[in-house]
Amino acid sequence: MRLILKQPSILPGFGLTLGFTVFYLSLIVLIPLSGLFIKTSALSWGQFWEMITTSRAIASYQLTFGASLIGALINGLFGSIIAWVLVRYRFPGRAFIDALVDLPFALPTAVAGITLAAIYASNGWLGRYLDLFGIKVAFTPLGVLVALTFIGLPFVVRTVQPVLQDLDKEVEEAATTLGANRWQTFLAVIVPELWPALLTGIAMAFARAVGEYGSVIFIAGNMPLKSEITPLLIMTKLEQYDYTGATALGVVMLVVSFVLALAINLLQWWSSARHMNQ
Amino acid sequence: MSVLSTTADKDLQWKDAITTESSLVRRLLIGAAALHLTLFLLIPLGAIFAEALKHGVGAYFDSFANEDALAAIRLTLLVAAIAVPLNALFGVAAAWAIAKFDFVGKQVLISLIDMPLAVSPVISGLIYVLLFGAQGWLGPWLAEHDIKVIFALPGIVLATIFVTVPFVARELIPLMQAQGREEEEAALTLGASGWQMFARVTLPNIKWSLLYGVILCNARAMGEFGAVSVVSGHIRGLTNTMPLHIEILYNEYNAVAAFSVASLLTLLALVTLIAKTLIEQKAASHHQRKSGQS
Amino acid sequence: MSIQVDHVTKKFGAFTVLNDVNLHVRSGELIALLGPSGCGKTTLLRILAGLERPDQGRIFLHGTEVTDHRITERQVGFVFQHYALFRHMTVADNVAFGLTVKPRAQRPSAARIQEKVEELLTLVQLQAMADRYPSQLSGGQRQRVALARALAVEPKLLLLDEPFGALDAKVRKELRRWLRRLHDELHITGILVTHDQEEALEVADRVVVMHQGNVEQIGTPDEVYENPATPFVYQFLGDVNVFHGRMSQGRGMDGEDRTITPEWEHFPEEREVTFVRPHDLELSVSRTSPTQLEATVRFVNTAGARVHLELESKESSELIAVELTRERYRELKLQPGNVVYLHPKQLQVFKVPAT
Repeated sequence: MRLILKQPSILPGFGLTLGFTVFYLSLIVLIPLSGLFIKTSALSWGQFWEMITTSRAIASYQLTFGASLIGALINGLFGSIIAWVLVRYRFPGRAFIDALVDLPFALPTAVAGITLAAIYASNGWLGRYLDLFGIKVAFTPLGVLVALTFIGLPFVVRTVQPVLQDLDKEVEEAATTLGANRWQTFLAVIVPELWPALLTGIAMAFARAVGEYGSVIFIAGNMPLKSEITPLLIMTKLEQYDYTGATALGVVMLVVSFVLALAINLLQWWSSARHMNQ
Repeated sequence: MSVLSTTADKDLQWKDAITTESSLVRRLLIGAAALHLTLFLLIPLGAIFAEALKHGVGAYFDSFANEDALAAIRLTLLVAAIAVPLNALFGVAAAWAIAKFDFVGKQVLISLIDMPLAVSPVISGLIYVLLFGAQGWLGPWLAEHDIKVIFALPGIVLATIFVTVPFVARELIPLMQAQGREEEEAALTLGASGWQMFARVTLPNIKWSLLYGVILCNARAMGEFGAVSVVSGHIRGLTNTMPLHIEILYNEYNAVAAFSVASLLTLLALVTLIAKTLIEQKAASHHQRKSGQS
Repeated sequence: MSIQVDHVTKKFGAFTVLNDVNLHVRSGELIALLGPSGCGKTTLLRILAGLERPDQGRIFLHGTEVTDHRITERQVGFVFQHYALFRHMTVADNVAFGLTVKPRAQRPSAARIQEKVEELLTLVQLQAMADRYPSQLSGGQRQRVALARALAVEPKLLLLDEPFGALDAKVRKELRRWLRRLHDELHITGILVTHDQEEALEVADRVVVMHQGNVEQIGTPDEVYENPATPFVYQFLGDVNVFHGRMSQGRGMDGEDRTITPEWEHFPEEREVTFVRPHDLELSVSRTSPTQLEATVRFVNTAGARVHLELESKESSELIAVELTRERYRELKLQPGNVVYLHPKQLQVFKVPAT
């Protein structure tokens, strides 16, 4: 059988638009990204391994991935609550909050960074009260967590919200007529429906947090081995003209990003496949 | 109208009674959401403007009255003016090919478009340094021909384009897929040329999403920090964009000036959110009108 | 404009949508392509319009080969199943579209275009709707706008893809009569695709029955209904009783002698399928001939213009549907449980080789 690369269509412009798309993506995305791997391939495996496992690098991974994970989980909880409240309840200011949820997505990271640092500094709006309890946020790993929670906020809300909206109320009504109480209905009927979307949202928030730079560096304190995230370590190496070291760490981050992107795609595929079956 | 909406509300409440929570649980949930949003969104938003206006309106406007700040604003506008149209053109072309045709490798192409969203901004800058930097592959050749890419405008533009590649395309692809091919086919059966079909049928159908895509792309282009930070070199008055200028001011303990510049970018972000809300409402009312009729 | 479809074959991947289709349409005819979904009728229509290209075969419009002609060169009006109205244009702008995209030299003046749009909207009885948007119209109104838009460019050939498919039953009936009258006024060659046999039989001059990419039969509504060429056509056009039986010693279910055609002669015994329409079964309360089939009345539905009965065959226990006029039903005085004797006034026998 002949391999069909494209279904015939009478609409014009396929060659032109696809050609331009592929050309543009190759130039802007594909070639520069592959450059990263080519640069690392000059290293031997041993050299590469040594570079990405220095104690400073490992400390930065622990902070970056740890804070990203905790931030994503916090967003999983509060994002679900916010999505639930936005979809199910009517209250004054709902439309305003619905619009505002995307703020961390639209606000430049540097602006978020200086703002969070100012709020949580020991003389800041929130920092001064936290200080009373001996809690320091700014310039500590806790600050990293705050920043990463902030930038991940929209993801869970925006993945869970549409699923919750499309959820057929009849199914809940059916569960109620069959004698389930609200909590049972929630666990047995609603949670299984939300699960894939929730996981997708958490994974997206995590992926975004892992690479985050701008909003973190102002509040983190950036102490090597303590409050230094991996993207900042890459930046520091670049400023010292250690391109090879920066590239090696960049490859680690890129591989993690690809794996996460793949996982997110699988989750989305899983979630849409479930929807198709219904 | 008001009579109608109250009966509708009552009806809704009555139906909801079967499938909703006790008022205590409801209040707790709303309270938790409100607290989280206040801590993470409202307080920061208020803080930006409070810090900017700390020393009054005069000091706020003084922050923009120096050459470095104006240069940063000009550079940011220039970068966006190059990057956004290019990405808009790309977005329309990519969405046309992906949404209106079936071909092998489509999924790979979509993943590739999304790639910059998955990559850390620092890496987005790094890859261009590796290509065009003094030690990069093209570095020696560029130096020979006295072309500066890194620590100059071209590098900043490239990094910005990379970071904002997906935004227009991602807005358009699902919309154009949902709209299908029939209207375009109808235009062709009625004798329209390819260009007439695009300008008079496709473009009017996607204009609002295209507009939002452009606004979002623009907001991200003007606000990009990490990637630009890597390739810019932070030369005051020359390669400093607004976010980089904010960083310098903040590190110099000039908080009022930093937040003043930040407030401009915040307003841009708020405009973006308003545009999104308006466009979504437009789409929803259009959808309702349609489904209400058929 | 006459149409000639010459040995057209079309495949989507491994699936054959059209298998060596031949068709001739005379100028001014209104033809219905009838068949279940997936039979290839829409694909054939799209090939005629130039929206798809055949893998093999040729298309002639008015004696000229147009297989490789682009859609814009064919002067074909196409009405889409879901209308494909331009949602951002008013009704008037939708109708005017085909005129306003003409090259400047051929484009009528703005005043002429407006006049033409008014004429067409009058023709489809939508004068009052000119400034509305498609989303503000009912399904039937959208359908008529789509038709007016297609007619605006004065096509030589009008192609309609399931034109009434998305409408409710009443509007559908009104619109198809209206379409027939319109066709008689305009004398434009037309092809309409439908899966509704009633629609095809009522509207079309000739019906093309299609099944799994093949043309099963071409004929006037009377011909295809009265003399179906294949079992498929028989079953697809109207209700039918199917009697599976064996023909032995040249005798079938109706007791008539059969002439065995030479190709069947070597089968010792043959299966045959007899088709009888419910209104072609004559009932009597007492046996008048030895070949009559005995059955018991199980169910009677007297609602409607005709009375519908469900009988159970004594021989095979199969259910048989019968349709009687009200007069005949009153004469027979039938009740559930009564025994009756059936005789087919008209039947058709198709043979299947024994396996």
